[in-house]
Amino acid sequence: MIELNAQTIAFAILSALILGGGLGVVTTRNLVHGALWLILSLLGVAGYFVLLSAPFLAAVQVLVYIGAIAILIVFAVMLTRSMTSLGEVRNRQWWLSAITVVLLFLLLAVGIILPVWGRGAPGEVTSLSATVGGAAELGEALVAGDGFVLPFEVASILLTAAMIGAIVVARDEEDGQA
Amino acid sequence: METLNEWAFVGVFFAIAWVFPALPIIGAWLVRPKKPNALKKQTYESGVETVGDTWVQFRVQYYIYGLVFLIFDVEMIFLFPWAVAYERLDWFAYGAGFLFIFLLTDALIYAWRKRALEWV
Amino acid sequence: MGLTGSDVLTTCVDFINTLAPCLVRAGWHGDIANLLSLLLGVVIVATVPLLTVILLIWIERKFAARIQDRIGPNRVGPYGLLQSLADALKMLTKEDITPTGADRVLFNLAPIITFATVVLIWAIIPFTPLHIGADLSIGILYFVAVGSIGAVKVMIGGWSSNNKYALLGAFRTIALIVSYEVPMILALLVPVLMAGSMGMQDLTRAQGGMWFIVMSPLAAIIFFIANLAETGRSPFDLLEAESELIAGYNIEYSGFKFGMFMAGEFMHVFTVAVLTAVLFLGGWWGPFVDQVPALGFIWLGLKTAVVYLFMLLIRNTVPRFRIDQVMNINWKFMVPLSIVLILLQSFLLRLVDELGLRPAPELANDLLANVPQTLVLLAGNLVLGAIFMILLQRHGRTLREADEAVAAVRDPAPAGGMAEA
Repeated sequence: MIELNAQTIAFAILSALILGGGLGVVTTRNLVHGALWLILSLLGVAGYFVLLSAPFLAAVQVLVYIGAIAILIVFAVMLTRSMTSLGEVRNRQWWLSAITVVLLFLLLAVGIILPVWGRGAPGEVTSLSATVGGAAELGEALVAGDGFVLPFEVASILLTAAMIGAIVVARDEEDGQA
Repeated sequence: METLNEWAFVGVFFAIAWVFPALPIIGAWLVRPKKPNALKKQTYESGVETVGDTWVQFRVQYYIYGLVFLIFDVEMIFLFPWAVAYERLDWFAYGAGFLFIFLLTDALIYAWRKRALEWV
Repeated sequence: MGLTGSDVLTTCVDFINTLAPCLVRAGWHGDIANLLSLLLGVVIVATVPLLTVILLIWIERKFAARIQDRIGPNRVGPYGLLQSLADALKMLTKEDITPTGADRVLFNLAPIITFATVVLIWAIIPFTPLHIGADLSIGILYFVAVGSIGAVKVMIGGWSSNNKYALLGAFRTIALIVSYEVPMILALLVPVLMAGSMGMQDLTRAQGGMWFIVMSPLAAIIFFIANLAETGRSPFDLLEAESELIAGYNIEYSGFKFGMFMAGEFMHVFTVAVLTAVLFLGGWWGPFVDQVPALGFIWLGLKTAVVYLFMLLIRNTVPRFRIDQVMNINWKFMVPLSIVLILLQSFLLRLVDELGLRPAPELANDLLANVPQTLVLLAGNLVLGAIFMILLQRHGRTLREADEAVAAVRDPAPAGGMAEA
């Protein structure tokens, strides 16, 4: 059975956080509350990264998702004022979507996740490693000629495109500003 | 390489960090007078009655600042491993980093020229 | 007793370290014993900032008073030392008014988050060569990540107050915080470049030969200024200025919750001062620290005090900026400067390697061995700083001439009427 040690307990707490946060996001009426539940969920994911020996990614998760994206979500909510308080749910076919989602989940779990990472499968992880990976190897890999230097630069171009695109869209109302 | 135990410290710290400020607040709740009346609970608006709903003209400029910050945030995320591994790398790595930063500086200059960074 | 200061501190560490194995030998479960020793460490580390806050408030008031040519609190206790305690007691007994329509849970959560996020940073502060809460390999990134949660707490506080001014103040504060994180993080890259690691103990040890402030003064200055803005300190305190948006996002807070916000801000400033001392002023390095590690705590305290007092000095002497000036300074001056600084610094480090100016590993902590590479880096920094200062000066002159031209057109007679506002 599942061994009860500190890591399992941590995993359980984090899972509760993530799932609870997710539930909070979809059940709350208030969009700003939804964004805050999302933050809770994202914190749990950061904890997951730590358990998986990737603290760098955990910090990135907090820094980018919670520090920037969650703030932007709240800003976006504020931009559309009528959304801060929703009325009743107007979706009549929610039962259909519920069935579809459950089926999809079963398909993913039984068809893909369990055979690859489940018990006895080739990808099974029996215990979490006690040592933690560092960012130095990541850095070397990112700029090595035969490493990921091309995706590294492409990421930069992608970010540039994102910024230019966002500015073009957001400043749309200013006509004649060449 | 630190062990997971260091992170356990952070985890415990995280749990305790909420307790420390919560204690005085609970203490204050016990100690302070509680005499709410409608007048005291009114929202503050320079001493006059509030006008309209609580919603302010949300200017798009706030969003743009957040967005530019997000872009630079992701850029810096990429730069941290580069900086950590820097001393064992060669000039090629410097060139890669330079190009990366230069492309994003490009974007900053664009934003500057398009007056997206003004607090207008 | 015969116990010197260093003995006491190392015994404490040993107590913390041996608590877990002792308990295990006594039959306790290994993980639970570990948890207990972690708990002990956490409580010790968390109490340091909480205790210092009380002292800080007193220092702040006394310092500000002296600069303003008055005495400051001197009635409660000797030299007014118990003033903060009296204030805390007063706040505890003040009525706490939750405005109508405010979101109760969030309203109460905001001050708690404020405190918690600042205290969390103390987990990575290296007090001495042997004592650090958690020596994470991503040390400085942890600080950045936890600091970025600060924007969330402003949002929660502002939005849950159900007050237009609070919300407006919250948006402005978030825009400010978020903007100044860019140069702050970019400036942090420089010590990481020089030390080759993000861990706080590594960053401190790398300064054995030469403090990073000498090797890269621009990075220290940028970090310092960006943090002044982040913590909402003068000259960037426009958001809590009484004549502006009243108290910004914490208008509706009264009683102890308001006190928490204030205390949280003081603690944040102190934390930033400690970090500046660790990252740029050599942390716990100082004379005799090799023989008596506990002395590191004192050296760190002294350096922090210098930085903190410098912040207080700036606060009480410099006029505050307007919000558009604040944003312009950030995006048009500090961000380009820090970007160029990183490019330059990495180039110079590579150059130093090529020229073989790096000291040999065994001489890493020797001051003289580090001088050649320091000179190169310092020269680069000074040149860059000079260039930007000249650009700034010319920009200032352009603005000034434009203003004068406008004024001259509007108002041609020399000793004439008043210029329009």
